Amino acid sequence: MSAVATYFKDIFQGLKTLLTGMKITGYYFSHARKEIITQQYPENRDTLKMFDRFRGRVVMPHDENNEHACTGCSSCELACPNGSIEIMWERIVDPETGKKKKIIDKHVYHHSMCTLCNLCIIACPTDAIKMEQTFEHATFDRKELTMILNKPGSKVRKDVEE
Amino acid sequence: MTEETLTKEGLKTQEYFVNMGPQHPSTHGVLRLMLELDGEIIKKVIPHIGYVHRSIEKMCEKDSYRQIVHITDRMDYLSNHMNNEAVCLLVENALEIEVSDRVKVIRTIMSELTRLSSHQLWWGVMGMDLGALTTFLYGFRDREMINDIFEETCGARLTMNYNTPGGLMFDIHPNFQRRVKEFVAHFKTKLPEYDALLSDNVIFRNRTEGIGVLSKEDAISFGVTGPTGRASGFSNDIRKHKPYSAYDRVEFKEILMETGDTFSRYKARILEMWESLSIIEQLIDNIPEGEIQSPAVKAVIKLPKGEFYQSVETARGELGVYVVSDGTKNPYRVKFRSPGFSNLFVLNHLAQGYKIADLVAMMSTIDLVIPDIDR
Repeated sequence: MSAVATYFKDIFQGLKTLLTGMKITGYYFSHARKEIITQQYPENRDTLKMFDRFRGRVVMPHDENNEHACTGCSSCELACPNGSIEIMWERIVDPETGKKKKIIDKHVYHHSMCTLCNLCIIACPTDAIKMEQTFEHATFDRKELTMILNKPGSKVRKDVEE
Repeated sequence: MTEETLTKEGLKTQEYFVNMGPQHPSTHGVLRLMLELDGEIIKKVIPHIGYVHRSIEKMCEKDSYRQIVHITDRMDYLSNHMNNEAVCLLVENALEIEVSDRVKVIRTIMSELTRLSSHQLWWGVMGMDLGALTTFLYGFRDREMINDIFEETCGARLTMNYNTPGGLMFDIHPNFQRRVKEFVAHFKTKLPEYDALLSDNVIFRNRTEGIGVLSKEDAISFGVTGPTGRASGFSNDIRKHKPYSAYDRVEFKEILMETGDTFSRYKARILEMWESLSIIEQLIDNIPEGEIQSPAVKAVIKLPKGEFYQSVETARGELGVYVVSDGTKNPYRVKFRSPGFSNLFVLNHLAQGYKIADLVAMMSTIDLVIPDIDR
């Protein structure tokens, strides 16, 4: 094939592939309503729902009597790879049985160190902690990311076994 | 810089160095390449790595075998599931534990979904490196469906930590099968678009065909694995040669190309996406029943004294995990043979004599993930 013929063939082939690409982008341009998947994030905050298993941060659920299920066994503290859970516990004498008992004073959770790996939730024998589905966790002060998970004055639920 | 020399025409000339990166958009991370140039012709590529070194291997030494799994998410973050699987398989083989068929099949489906999402992202940024922004948006659009599947079942989009030694963290979500089938049907209509947009484009072809040819012998001697090596005809698919999980019960082709140039590396990944879709289709309808966590694995895992090795096929090549155990709950030494590290150092061999724009195309088809190289 002569150089001139190759030259024009290249031009037409280039135009053809250009139009093939333009056809696809043109389809999405004209069918934007059907094909678009972009979410308008801050505006759809009220309707945006995360999946049930989404890992946002660790929380300790309390019931209506301000009681939780944490016995202070430190399983989560040992399972955590980053040291983001610290349990401060003390021994008290149970008034009913007279035996010494271990209760938690503070369940400290450093959200800033947490990688949300879910190992603490799996390790917990009494299901005292779980993952919350919130995700807007930015704060102005780093100290706000260190949380005490058990509420003030809360107790261990009676039916939870050691 | 070298000494000034005179050209034939009597003009002064000299070779010089240019830094590409660490903040260059086409290095996909903090990779620094020192280019020794003669005009625009590359004489030598010297990769400088270590900008995101986090000493993952050392961190593994203080962690228990359950905790190691979640760190491996952070190495090759686009093949997170396979990285997790490598450590879990190692622990299971060392303890001689057989996981249930359900776990094996779910792991295989998850790995193939991860491979698809990695290749989609690669395809998107490959086009973007060569100046086509459309591909980036299209690639991410399809990847979003996989990310939703992961988020629903595993609880996270990138650092999933879904595998545990002896099984899985949760069972699959009730919507999982429906969503995966929807995705496969959706993506089968979109994958031909990928070809029409980029593979058949004349500009793209001219920039990739015959550029950066890697011969089979060089691929073997540099240890280039994954689609990059297979494009040169080097048969290295761990899924075929040392089948793990459920890969021995599915039928798929190992994509082998002959030429080994940039375009065949591109094509190998596109064809691999079809194979991944076919693997998922074969498995998704018959996930066997079974337990998701083997009861034989204790809460504190202690490997027997000795050395253990396990390799898996990630989206980039062969990932090897080597563990020396002294019988305690922490490993004595962990070494990761990451595919990105071996694949990066072939760049000097490939790029000599080409121009900087060709280097960008070559680097794109090697599909580097910098945290995987640095660890």
